[in-house]
Amino acid sequence: MGAKDLVDEPELVQLLSPEGRRIDHPRYSLDIGPDALRGLYRDMVLTRRFDAEAVTLQRQGELGLWASLLGQEAAQIGSGRATRPDDYVFPCYREHGVAWTRGVDPLKLLGMFRGVNHGGWDPNENNFHLYTIVIGPPLLHAAGYAMGVLADGADTAVLSYFGDGASSQGDVAEAFTFASVHNAPVVFFCQNNQWAISTPTERQTRVPIHRRAAGWGFPGVRVDGNDVLACLAVTRDALERARSGQGPMLIEALTYRMGAHATSDDPTRYREDAERREWEAKDPILRLERHLTQEGHADDAFYAEVAEEGERLARRIREGVRAMPDPDSAAMFRHVYADGHELVEEEQKRFADYQASFEEGN
Amino acid sequence: MVSQEMTLAGALNASLRRALEDDPKVRISGEDVGRLGGVFRVTDGLQKDFGETRVSDSPLAESGIVGTAIGLALRGYRPVVEIQFDGFVFPAFNQIVTQLAKMHARSLGKVRLPVVVRIPYGGGIGAIEHHSESPEAYFMHTAGLKVVSPATAEDGYWMLRQAIQSDDPVIFFEPKRRYWDKAPVDTSVAPAPLHKARVVRPGTDATLVTYGPTVRVGLEAAAAAAEDGTSLEVVDLRSLSPLDFGTVRASVEKTGRLVVVHEAPVFVGPGAEIAARVQEQCFYHLEAPVLRVGGFHAPYPPSRLEDDYLPGLDRVLDSVDQVLAY
Ligand SMILES: Cc1ncc(C[n+]2csc(CCOP(=O)(O)OP(=O)(O)O)c2C)c(N)n1
Ligand SMILES: [Mg+2]
Repeated sequence: MGAKDLVDEPELVQLLSPEGRRIDHPRYSLDIGPDALRGLYRDMVLTRRFDAEAVTLQRQGELGLWASLLGQEAAQIGSGRATRPDDYVFPCYREHGVAWTRGVDPLKLLGMFRGVNHGGWDPNENNFHLYTIVIGPPLLHAAGYAMGVLADGADTAVLSYFGDGASSQGDVAEAFTFASVHNAPVVFFCQNNQWAISTPTERQTRVPIHRRAAGWGFPGVRVDGNDVLACLAVTRDALERARSGQGPMLIEALTYRMGAHATSDDPTRYREDAERREWEAKDPILRLERHLTQEGHADDAFYAEVAEEGERLARRIREGVRAMPDPDSAAMFRHVYADGHELVEEEQKRFADYQASFEEGN
Repeated sequence: MVSQEMTLAGALNASLRRALEDDPKVRISGEDVGRLGGVFRVTDGLQKDFGETRVSDSPLAESGIVGTAIGLALRGYRPVVEIQFDGFVFPAFNQIVTQLAKMHARSLGKVRLPVVVRIPYGGGIGAIEHHSESPEAYFMHTAGLKVVSPATAEDGYWMLRQAIQSDDPVIFFEPKRRYWDKAPVDTSVAPAPLHKARVVRPGTDATLVTYGPTVRVGLEAAAAAAEDGTSLEVVDLRSLSPLDFGTVRASVEKTGRLVVVHEAPVFVGPGAEIAARVQEQCFYHLEAPVLRVGGFHAPYPPSRLEDDYLPGLDRVLDSVDQVLAY
């Protein structure tokens, strides 16, 4: 029995049908012009192209691992584009599309997957926090950050991403509690991509994830995660709510992890290809493309131009990754403490002397 | 002797299978251990053969995995749980330290918790953050837990069986970079009790004490040293708590020199305890200070630097040279 069988589920918010038709929604209207629509399309195509390049680079041995976002472009671009520059975003480790919307250079995302650093961008530069590999902790960081925003009297909102698997972690429940009792301006955005490695969502929850919000006394909404317009409208609304002092909200975006969990994973061991094919028909990029074409907002020249831009991006990524230098040994001792530490300094010196002893040819 | 070539992962799998066959109370759970067979395939095929009740994919929640294992044990089961990677044990740390470790003492011996927590640990596989750590000292530091780590396929097979049979909670550290190492496994007779250390190479000039992933490093160092005419004795601790100090002492009394090797950080690491005990108990036998080779007081580095961080052959031999210089 799946979670769906247990409760009467309201329609998920959808503003664009898989055929590319605009759908009106009583609550979530979206006034968006052709330029902005083309912008969302471009974001998704470039993100997908970048992601595909990263998979290839992993296969070629340039990266140790890659967690592909294939299939989740709409959820990430839609929600990410709903943020303002002063908002603060907490990703997990697959939010490459969100990083893109925050203006983080995709090349910088690759450092940790190549094994040259643990997070190669300055979170303060784009208000986009570092990827956090351990599942659960960042939601509490988001709640705490939002508590700080509240204390400052600022009108910043916080956007915190997590997965269907992550929803089982105690930290996530605690984050909901803190956000709720403090009425903190944080939006929890769950990409329910149906899988946590080999574990289907049914093994994590018997009720749809968005319904959990009710237990904490804040609203939860379910959105078509492959509909970039719906993700944009719903997240924008939730962030505005948070900014205006109405507290936290939970968004569950229904989407699908089209690829492997990560490049080390073999999904044929645990899921049927038919399921994937079913979701292929709901492809987020294809859907917007249909809409743009049907409305006469884009022609072949536009699509060709975006595709070409994707190739240029891929080339830059490829060359950038190959040129990424290995860190020097001293890097592992750097930044362990803000104020320095005698033991670290001693070990660093001893290790440097040890390495030098080889260079002297002993 | 019915000896069979197995990888460490294969031997652990065979051991779990045997435990499931022998004892209907044995239960396996953890993230992705069922259908997928675990990310390292240690539980491969077990769900298919023993069903979803006995081999179950848990929700993504380590505190839940260990906490419910404690509950199952209270109900008479013998849970064997998997933590997917070393760096993900910490959500379960509270359950392990405040509950699993202390229940027997708290209940004045009325409650036993035969829970095994399997943890793939250590580096050397080129992984991202939190997938290469060696957190064993935290657990050694906690009374009530037994802590062991096999270094070979045969020890993997037998030590896991013995851990499951133990009425105490056992934190079972599996050296993940050795999962694919093949060796003969005799499944007919246990090579040693669970908490006994073993001299895996006899020698006379200095002792290398190690365990888990670095036993192989120790043996390679001994082989290299032998070419230079130095005879190293290599001790595989196998068990970190309880510690078979008698075997260490006997070796140090013979050689007078000791180097302890582990991947865990040296500062307040397992080697600190061994060094302290050696100077307490073998003072008059020592010809040189006890040296430790291991991780630094720094987070496990990005994978491109892990060869510098890990105690490899050269760093071990460098320390051997130092103790021999006295
Ligand atoms: C605390 C913790 N436990 C286990 C893992 C290993 N792990 C990495 S990703 C993953 C599945 C996550 O699923 P979900 O939250 O749905 O996110 P998705 O990967 O689908 O984006 C697991 C179990 C981890 N990173 N952190
Ligand atoms: Mg998921």
